[in-house]
Amino acid sequence: MAAFAATAGGLLRLRAAGSEGQWRRLRGAGLLRGLLQPESATGVAAQRRRVAHFTFQPDPEPREYGQTQKMNLFQAITSALDNSLAKDPTAVIFGEDVAFGGVFRCTVGLRDKYGKDRVFNTPLCEQGIVGFGIGIAVTGATAIAEIQFADYIFPAFDQIVNEAAKYRYRSGDLFNCGSLTIRAPWGCVGHGALYHSQSPEAFFAHCPGIKVVVPRSPFQAKGLLLSCIEDKNPCIFFEPKILYRAAVEQVPVEPYNVPLSQAEVIQEGSDVTLVAWGTQVHVIREVAAMAQEKLGVSCEVIDLRTILPWDVDTVCKSVIKTGRLLISHEAPLTGGFASEISSTVQDRDRTFALQLCFTVISLAHSVIVLEGEETLQIPFGNSEVTEIPTAEIESPAECTQEQAGELGHVPTGACAPAPSWPPHSTSASLCSRITTPQSG
Amino acid sequence: MDRQGQIINPSEDPHLPQEKVLKFYRSMTLLNTMDRILYESQRQGRISFYMTNYGEEGTHVGSAAALDNTDLVFGQYREAGVLMYRDYPLELFMAQCYGNVSDLGKGRQMPVHYGCRERHFVTISSPLATQIPQAVGAAYAAKRANANRVVICYFGEGAASEGDAHAGFNFAATLECPIIFFCRNNGYAISTPTSEQYRGDGIAARGPGYGIMSIRVDGNDVFAVYNATKEARRRAVAENQPFLIEAMTYRIGHHSTSDDSSAYRSVDEVNYWDKQDHPISRLRHYLQSRGWWDDEQEKAWRKQSRKKVMEAFEQAERKPKPSPSLLFSDVYQEMPAQLRKQQEALARHLQTYGEHYPLDHFEK
Repeated sequence: MAAFAATAGGLLRLRAAGSEGQWRRLRGAGLLRGLLQPESATGVAAQRRRVAHFTFQPDPEPREYGQTQKMNLFQAITSALDNSLAKDPTAVIFGEDVAFGGVFRCTVGLRDKYGKDRVFNTPLCEQGIVGFGIGIAVTGATAIAEIQFADYIFPAFDQIVNEAAKYRYRSGDLFNCGSLTIRAPWGCVGHGALYHSQSPEAFFAHCPGIKVVVPRSPFQAKGLLLSCIEDKNPCIFFEPKILYRAAVEQVPVEPYNVPLSQAEVIQEGSDVTLVAWGTQVHVIREVAAMAQEKLGVSCEVIDLRTILPWDVDTVCKSVIKTGRLLISHEAPLTGGFASEISSTVQDRDRTFALQLCFTVISLAHSVIVLEGEETLQIPFGNSEVTEIPTAEIESPAECTQEQAGELGHVPTGACAPAPSWPPHSTSASLCSRITTPQSG
Repeated sequence: MDRQGQIINPSEDPHLPQEKVLKFYRSMTLLNTMDRILYESQRQGRISFYMTNYGEEGTHVGSAAALDNTDLVFGQYREAGVLMYRDYPLELFMAQCYGNVSDLGKGRQMPVHYGCRERHFVTISSPLATQIPQAVGAAYAAKRANANRVVICYFGEGAASEGDAHAGFNFAATLECPIIFFCRNNGYAISTPTSEQYRGDGIAARGPGYGIMSIRVDGNDVFAVYNATKEARRRAVAENQPFLIEAMTYRIGHHSTSDDSSAYRSVDEVNYWDKQDHPISRLRHYLQSRGWWDDEQEKAWRKQSRKKVMEAFEQAERKPKPSPSLLFSDVYQEMPAQLRKQQEALARHLQTYGEHYPLDHFEK
């Protein structure tokens, strides 16, 4: 521990000196080496902190919505909010720290443009933020509430589940809070650990009366957020924080809508359906490419987009075609939203033999190093693969351990060597011979 | 006014006209009569649940009378007198308690969870204090709309312990909202007396901690309640700031039909408040001393109000319940595919097994 403190101190001093490159090297070499690899490599190892385990894949520039501009995710959010406040004079944005632009810069410039009565800070109180937002929406005005991190949404759980979701139903449609939208940064970011990385969509999926939406990209985010704001039901919009800066693409400047409750088939295929949402869509896209290249497997990739109410038809139609389903998400395995998808698909599609259904949890947390501190890697999910075979599985002669691992596992483990790429698998039960689905 | 209905300080006499004060009296007594009959009806198994307002009628009517009819009301569950004062018909009170086809709420909630869009009374929900930050949001929106409206938010001293209450007070003060927080301090939260609810000086003392101007009033003095609410309303609209009124009163009845309060308080205590300090009695003394009411009118009104309530009650009993298909609508504004499937599944189920369900009581 003394070594750690000394190293940490050293790092802080060096960082203060502003020697960026040197700091990075020492950080990689000194800290990791000191703690994780007692035997040092020769010289300065160019170990870098792995943050992203995927590459954001932008979609082609949209042509049908007019002029576009290069935007990252937070800029696309800002654009959506700007459009909303421009055309809806009742719309207001509020939450912690939104006035100066927000901790993720999603509201930069809006207070100056629209005034302090429309873009304002609230006290630090999530139950208050959501309750307050419900009250605004009850009067018919548009309320856009920000929760600083999805990890902190839980104090507002009562207001969301017991109040917002049930307002219209319990009043016999006399009252509603449909003009409420709650936004929150969501998902792993690399260093976020337990409380800046959560994906709580499964808690809310169990709550009829609200909508839950997760975009994968700036273009999707702006269109989906605009749809949420205009939707006549209270919506929760989770923004993958790791994409705020990393995801850049051409986004229309004018408002446009991406429909809710419609999944998108972003790549057609014939052998297996891969379903994901948010950041994981990009992981899955890479997986699809690797599967094609190394296994000759043709993957159909679906971005679910809306978690609640979710597009059962698109997923089922795809699975009827391919006969196989693999769902991948960041959130914990047990009770994760994949279980809802997998059970609904299997319930719906008794007319054919669903060959295999997998849930794969993304272990997206690489080494977490904060300024001078190191936190432990906390595996959020686990590396098991849930296999629900409904047909014979032939011998796994086709796949090797290596190939199995490449289909989406990222290893974890405290005090392991820094994660390397390509990953090696931690569990293997992945292989099956593809048989033709029986039509019913 | 004192317990004999005499004005203590003439400068505080609101000098309300006879018609208005008679409306106070009729609202409070009609509520009382309705409470007695509906409480009984629960005992007889006709409705599932009920909560009376005994002893707190003054807090409802005094405050409601000081508001504009369009001021938005967020309540907890023991504010039926506000609706009564706003002329919510007996038929609709009963419809909600019976959950019949006339219920505007479509029969979905437990009794006494009233709501009325027309009378600006937001539908009651069971979770406590959730309405407090909501009321603040509504007040903020009213301010932005330059509506010259106030929002009033009722809650009990027990609900004031909830985190939502703290959230609401703080937001109202920092965001400068035209809202009246009206706390009915009636001595009990079910069985929990105030000595176990808080150790500070009640709820009014908390207001200044948030920067909210606060006042404590005698909740059983309908004129005091009226005066405080009137002034709070005037200033809230003019100055865009919140006000907190703590009305001291006593819950004469049980918490609800599921409660027997003799388990935690003495009958003597209850009788004391019922006999010595009841808002209806105090107002009646005032009316009688003004010559605006007498025993004959009292007798006639009791008979008339009872008759009105009984008629509404009998009619409500005869009506069917709403159609089972209404289980699935209004969850969202539109009905999503999954819910429609569930609705269809229920319809098929009822077609096959309908004999096992009391479908005769329900509309098709």
